[in-house]
Amino acid sequence: MAKTAKINVTEGNLLASLQGFFKAVLRVEDISAILVPQHLPMKNMVMPALVTDPKQLEGADPLAPAFPMNAAKIASRLTRKPAGGKVAAVLRPCEIRAFIELVKLKQGRMENVLLVGIDCLGAYQNKDYFKFVGDNVTESTTRFYQNVLSGKGAAMKEVDLSPTCKACEHCIPGAADLGIGLFGVDTANQLLVQTQTPQGEELLTRLNLPGSQEPAGRQKAVNAIIAEKTTYRDNMYQEIAAATNSLEKLTTYLANCVNCYNCRVACPVCYCKECVFVTDVFNHEPIQYLRWANKKGVIKMPTDTVFYHLTRMAHMSTACIGCGQCSNACPNDIQVMELFRAVSSRTQEAFEYQPGRSIEEEPPLSVFREDELADIVGIGHA
Amino acid sequence: MGDFEPTIIAFVCNWCTYTAADLAGTARLGYPPNVRLIRVMCTGMVDPKYVIKAFLEGTDAVLVSGCNPGDCHYINGNYKARRRIKLLKEILPQFGIEDERLRLTWIGASDGIMFAEIMTDMVAQLKGMGPSEAKTAMVI
Ligand code: SF4
Ligand code: SF4
Ligand code: FES
Repeated sequence: MAKTAKINVTEGNLLASLQGFFKAVLRVEDISAILVPQHLPMKNMVMPALVTDPKQLEGADPLAPAFPMNAAKIASRLTRKPAGGKVAAVLRPCEIRAFIELVKLKQGRMENVLLVGIDCLGAYQNKDYFKFVGDNVTESTTRFYQNVLSGKGAAMKEVDLSPTCKACEHCIPGAADLGIGLFGVDTANQLLVQTQTPQGEELLTRLNLPGSQEPAGRQKAVNAIIAEKTTYRDNMYQEIAAATNSLEKLTTYLANCVNCYNCRVACPVCYCKECVFVTDVFNHEPIQYLRWANKKGVIKMPTDTVFYHLTRMAHMSTACIGCGQCSNACPNDIQVMELFRAVSSRTQEAFEYQPGRSIEEEPPLSVFREDELADIVGIGHA
Repeated sequence: MGDFEPTIIAFVCNWCTYTAADLAGTARLGYPPNVRLIRVMCTGMVDPKYVIKAFLEGTDAVLVSGCNPGDCHYINGNYKARRRIKLLKEILPQFGIEDERLRLTWIGASDGIMFAEIMTDMVAQLKGMGPSEAKTAMVI
């Protein structure tokens, strides 16, 4: 049974209230550390940080519209072997989903981690966050969450939410141990805490938070947000389909790509330890390039660009959780997320798979059934 | 388009479809010369990369063909292949590589006649569809 509690908010200060909550979590006996986005003292940037000293939580800021990396990869590093204590990881919903996919691939473990998810207010693209953030990060974050939660929206000056977050219909954490609710909650006075697993219940019991109930208007508020994002997402899919529905158009879409492979480095679910595209398999013989060039009289260098992207889709599209870090990482402003989400929506639907929904669901390409997919066998007649 | 001769890259399992193709040959069943056979030990080893690469190099179709359900010499390679083909059949058509250009069949070792028929039919279908885009377009 899910339990519901609240974090009291004083003077409308969400960051301070959350920091107090994190301190309480860190005081729980077998929790050794907390992984949480944190202001860096030397620069006005927010990065995932592993905190063991409660005093260091003054800079914790999970509401900043900064999303420099998908911290599922950090959670994976921290949990792949027992670390001698539990880590509470405060993650965005897409980070939790990515982490669940990594656990399925044996690149992380649930045993040593407690997942704390917060309703996601979204983030700006990296470059836009730099434009947005002032010298006082706390003040910038405060301005951001106040605007979003009061319904004024996330657009400010010349920046707006990234297309990723505008299109993200999974902004409510779904598979966390503890979920912290903001939407449809009277955040001037309280934050909603809901358990989603037995582990979460146990933690909540030990935290001794005041009990509460889900506010009556919450579901409606959440549904409205999801509906808006779903509409944006579906338009995005349509635009992508129109922009890439032939090889020539796909080539145009990817024309700026220099095969730097930043997109797969940034991708939390690109799981191969060594990507085949950086191995000698793709360090072709010089004579091979000349042969290829001879075929049509010209080849673009470096080669294998479309090959790389299509292969990546075949490898990870069923696991794409739509975090947009691929687009964030591209030096040449290719809209990688849009393309990958559009493709993934199809491959995920084909296998009725939703990445990160549940640890129980097996990745579609890791299993098979004997009696399935009869319709794809044959050449189109009886 | 009258003189368009399609190319089919066929990844065939050593234990069944390859033997069937051999049988079709020795029995002089006659099948179109458009197919390029690539013998693999099992359809379960056909990496999606091979299929993608074949299409980007301009093949008009790819056939993956292996043992009937229950007959795979490595127990379940053909079932794994089927999931991968399903996956590719979702991805490739989004970029204009028509669904009909990627085929999966089960052809047992003694099915020489079936092999010849399927080749003939595929070539006829492909002639109707015309050449694949990658044959002429510059793909980066
Ligand atoms: S492909 Fe892009 S959007 Fe999808 S999981 Fe990887 S980085 Fe995130
Ligand atoms: S990050 Fe951009 S340029 Fe680099 S490989 Fe990915 S799409 Fe190409
Ligand atoms: S051995 Fe023929 S498909 Fe596996």
